[in-house]
Amino acid sequence: MKLLRKNIEKLNLFLENYPKIGIYFPQFLIILLLGIIISYFSMNASTNMAARGIETGFGFLANKASFDIQFSLIDFDSNDSYARAYLVGLLNTLLVSGIGIFFATVIGFFVGITRLSTNILASKVAEAYIEIFRNIPLLLQIFFWYFAVLRLLPSSDNSLILFNFVFANIKGIYIPRFIWENLNYFLYGFLFSILIIYLFVSISKKKQEKTGLQVPTFTTSLIIFFTINFLVIYFGQVGLTLSYPVLETNRGLHNYMGGVSVIPELIALAFSLSLYTSTFIAECVRAGILGIDKGQKEAAASIGLSKAQILKLIVIPQALRIIIPPVTNQYLNLTKNSSLAAAIAYPDIVLVFAGTALMQTGKAIEIVSITMLTYLTLSVSISIFMNWYNKKNSIAER
Amino acid sequence: MSKIIELKDVNKWFGDFQVLKDINLTVSSKEKIVICGPSGSGKSTLIRCINRLEEHQKGDIVVDGMTLDANTKNIEKIRSEVGMVFQQFNLFPHLSILDNCTLAPIWVKKKSKKEAEELANQYLEKVQIVDQAKKFPGQLSGGQQQRAAIARALCMEPNIMLFDEPTSALDPEMIKEVLDVMVDLAKGGMTMCVVTHEMGFAKEVADRVIFMDEGSIVEEKPTDQFFNNPENERTKLFLSQILN
Repeated sequence: MKLLRKNIEKLNLFLENYPKIGIYFPQFLIILLLGIIISYFSMNASTNMAARGIETGFGFLANKASFDIQFSLIDFDSNDSYARAYLVGLLNTLLVSGIGIFFATVIGFFVGITRLSTNILASKVAEAYIEIFRNIPLLLQIFFWYFAVLRLLPSSDNSLILFNFVFANIKGIYIPRFIWENLNYFLYGFLFSILIIYLFVSISKKKQEKTGLQVPTFTTSLIIFFTINFLVIYFGQVGLTLSYPVLETNRGLHNYMGGVSVIPELIALAFSLSLYTSTFIAECVRAGILGIDKGQKEAAASIGLSKAQILKLIVIPQALRIIIPPVTNQYLNLTKNSSLAAAIAYPDIVLVFAGTALMQTGKAIEIVSITMLTYLTLSVSISIFMNWYNKKNSIAER
Repeated sequence: MSKIIELKDVNKWFGDFQVLKDINLTVSSKEKIVICGPSGSGKSTLIRCINRLEEHQKGDIVVDGMTLDANTKNIEKIRSEVGMVFQQFNLFPHLSILDNCTLAPIWVKKKSKKEAEELANQYLEKVQIVDQAKKFPGQLSGGQQQRAAIARALCMEPNIMLFDEPTSALDPEMIKEVLDVMVDLAKGGMTMCVVTHEMGFAKEVADRVIFMDEGSIVEEKPTDQFFNNPENERTKLFLSQILN
């Protein structure tokens, strides 16, 4: 007992003389312990897999996938490789997340501002919207739109037709495909007109700052835009025809061919992700606007700004700084929630790669780690972009 | 002198609580009045009614010939002719001092950016912070911020200036620089309604002093009579507390 105490005193003296050792040694021990645990598990896994004759490595990515994917942004058939299947899944995930983020933001801002309206009906409707879509589980909402709404659309030969332009049936929604002639002339002409307008606007703005002379920039810009584009369309013989989807019958099966089709899985998923996430964004927007000091609005009113100008010039620029960080979280949530696609068989990266490809190849560790890394990369990219945007917005304060 | 502000039997309630009771007050053009009184006496609410940051429920308020009512166009017109300075400055933190000043001239008076900046520089010069024009409000001291807020209000070239306890949120050593600007403004012939406890300022500048208590005007007199010969007991008590 006496010896122990003596040794502890010695140790304390030693640590007093070398304080850095006292700080770093425990951390070193923890890292060492973690290293040992991780290497134990990976050794265990590789021994087991070797015993069962499972090969490891990423060589399988070049193999033929031999399965079909129902919806793809790039060409894909069963002769393509697993790597290409991964790309198809990734693009589908990006597509649905992109659509979701866009609509969730637009709806969220609109509902959030409406909820603060002095019109009781408008604010109550916005509140009801938020409470309904925020409090029902997302998966259930996806099921609702997919099974209870889109599955109830009529069969192909009986499609709902809107304005002879949109055709909706149980297999999806079809719109005409645009077929352009000399599209490149039109695009060049379009870019050229934008450039001219940009130059014109910046020159007249400088002129206004110098001389106070006000030029009707908007009207003049419209005239420039239409003149240039009309000339290009007329002389460049730019043409646009619509290729309508046509109902074809093959061995008793009706199907729309041609046109652009959007599958019901994509619609249901994008719809529910947008609605669900928009409620959270609406609450962020409301919090942001309420976070602005009342004195700011009073000061703005006292110098004669109208209600709309106060919102645009004073409230929103300041509220954005409060809104952006929590909205970033919602974007990340939406992207990760898009993996619920698997529940209604929308071919996102989880269904195609971490689902079908995993089942076929059995490369669990490789495929799951690639998929996890992919989501990590997506999320980190969104965070970096939003942090940059936030910094850009908040740098002005001091 | 012509009447520029006229309040007739103005009453206002916050819920059940009556903040203003039958207020009658007339201010002539170029007149300077100081309103004082204990806290909660309704003096801030009174001047906030003049540019309709608060709505009165009974009575008439006429500012520069325009009656204050639910007509929005009218309210914005009145607000652009009545400048206001707040206790908490309320500068816009996301805009530079210059942009704070040019905002309303550009968006309300539709001036060109150049014109608005010239105007802003002229008034920033007047309040002696033209060298701070490019800075943001958070980078300025309290006194500088309040002077910037005065310049912002002046940029709309108002006929009337309202001050709601402009020096109450300032450190003692900064009060003088703000008061100096206000004295300057008064000498330039501006119509001013000032809610303040700075009795030195009142003695130097005010034509009339108004004492309010519990929502009513208790005493209203030319400045020297107010200080030398107050009649009401509450006024006497207030003055003895504030002057010693």
